[in-house]
Amino acid sequence: MCLAVPVKLVEVDGDRGLAQFSGSRREVGLQLLDRPEAGDYVLLHAGFAIQKLDPQEALETLELLDEMAGLRDSELKNGI
Amino acid sequence: MVFDRLENYRDPARVAALRERIDAAACSLKRPLRLMEVCGGHTMAIHRFGIHTLMPPQLDLISGPGCPVCVTPGAYIDAAVEWGESCDGIVVTFGDLYGVPGSDESLEEAAGRGLDVRIVYSPGDALDIAERHAERKVVFLGVGFETTAPVVAATLGQARSRRQTNFQVMSAHKTMPGALRALVECGDSALDGFILPGHVSAITGAEPYRFLAEDYGVACCITGFEPVDIMQGILSLVLQCGRSEPKVDNRYGRAVRPGGNPRALELLRRTFVAVDSQWRGMGCIEGSGLDLSESWSDYAVPAPDPRLESENDVRCSCGEVLRGVITPPQCPLFASSCTPKTPIGPCMVSSEGSCAAHYRYTL
Ligand code: SF4
Repeated sequence: MCLAVPVKLVEVDGDRGLAQFSGSRREVGLQLLDRPEAGDYVLLHAGFAIQKLDPQEALETLELLDEMAGLRDSELKNGI
Repeated sequence: MVFDRLENYRDPARVAALRERIDAAACSLKRPLRLMEVCGGHTMAIHRFGIHTLMPPQLDLISGPGCPVCVTPGAYIDAAVEWGESCDGIVVTFGDLYGVPGSDESLEEAAGRGLDVRIVYSPGDALDIAERHAERKVVFLGVGFETTAPVVAATLGQARSRRQTNFQVMSAHKTMPGALRALVECGDSALDGFILPGHVSAITGAEPYRFLAEDYGVACCITGFEPVDIMQGILSLVLQCGRSEPKVDNRYGRAVRPGGNPRALELLRRTFVAVDSQWRGMGCIEGSGLDLSESWSDYAVPAPDPRLESENDVRCSCGEVLRGVITPPQCPLFASSCTPKTPIGPCMVSSEGSCAAHYRYTL
């Protein structure tokens, strides 16, 4: 029930925003975020954005893992 | 962009590399480990991606009490039905709770008798229902952990600013840390590590779990819901146990900051107070629930007394399953009389209950 999906904010208007995910758009509540902006990636749970996602962290996690495991791009189906 | 492509976190080569590391780390363990995933979302993901089948024999993955509807006691369902009948009101709920048995009947069965029950995806939708039916009373059934409670708090804020006075909440929200303390204290689940819930932690941060590592010596790792996340979390736990250096690690940095989401936490503080709460299978746990605070009393429908133990179906072993004492297949009714089509206990009703996850993905 704590399911939350990553979505991209495409419009922000006060406490309401529009999010895009898997081809569709829906309204999201932004009351729980500090200064949300269009272009931010957020976690969407039960109609509200509950946290901003950090793209830099997301990339670094994968880079670190690939480095540690000595994985090269050619071995990956889905590189970064 | 990395979030558009969750496959990054599902890449087979990355999962295989992590598996090798987990195997190697497990080899140097002095004894097998029992690792509990607390969150129902993790239970689902572990079964869906077959992560339990990748584990070396030294590691036992068990499911815990992190499916909110599974731990919601029958008395709460009874109270919701009673409220609806007493005022001919509209009962609005998340879908997960719809089929969960009360003492006599589920919301679904009550709806079959004519009770007005509506299923929504967001509490915001419940507020819209109240707006459309200004002449009737509407109650939203507030279940869920720290992930969901702020969303309900934000909806209450909207209700007040819209002066929507026919909208109320019956809060059975629960908080994780107290339940985890109860689990390690009761001892019968004998746990070495927790895979901590990613989205609860996105709100709370890591701090509330520190006592688990420091006072009880249990390894902890917060992680996300993709295979690479979960494998990284398990690796962290095995390494912590191997070195006997328990801590609260965070492998979900893209969503979880050390201090969580301060704005959501502030909203929780302004809207709720901590109260004792009844957990199905675990009893009444001190300070593990959230009730609306004094300033929101006009929006509150009281939940049943938390000391009230509900009459559960005596045949069902959900209590033991939720504490990780037995696995679902060890319940004599599993997959015989109890199936997702004919569920006997809440762990089979909810799609993320461990009995349902076992049934769907391992049979
Ligand atoms: S299999 Fe059914 S009866 Fe057995 S514990 Fe799970 S839900 Fe309860």
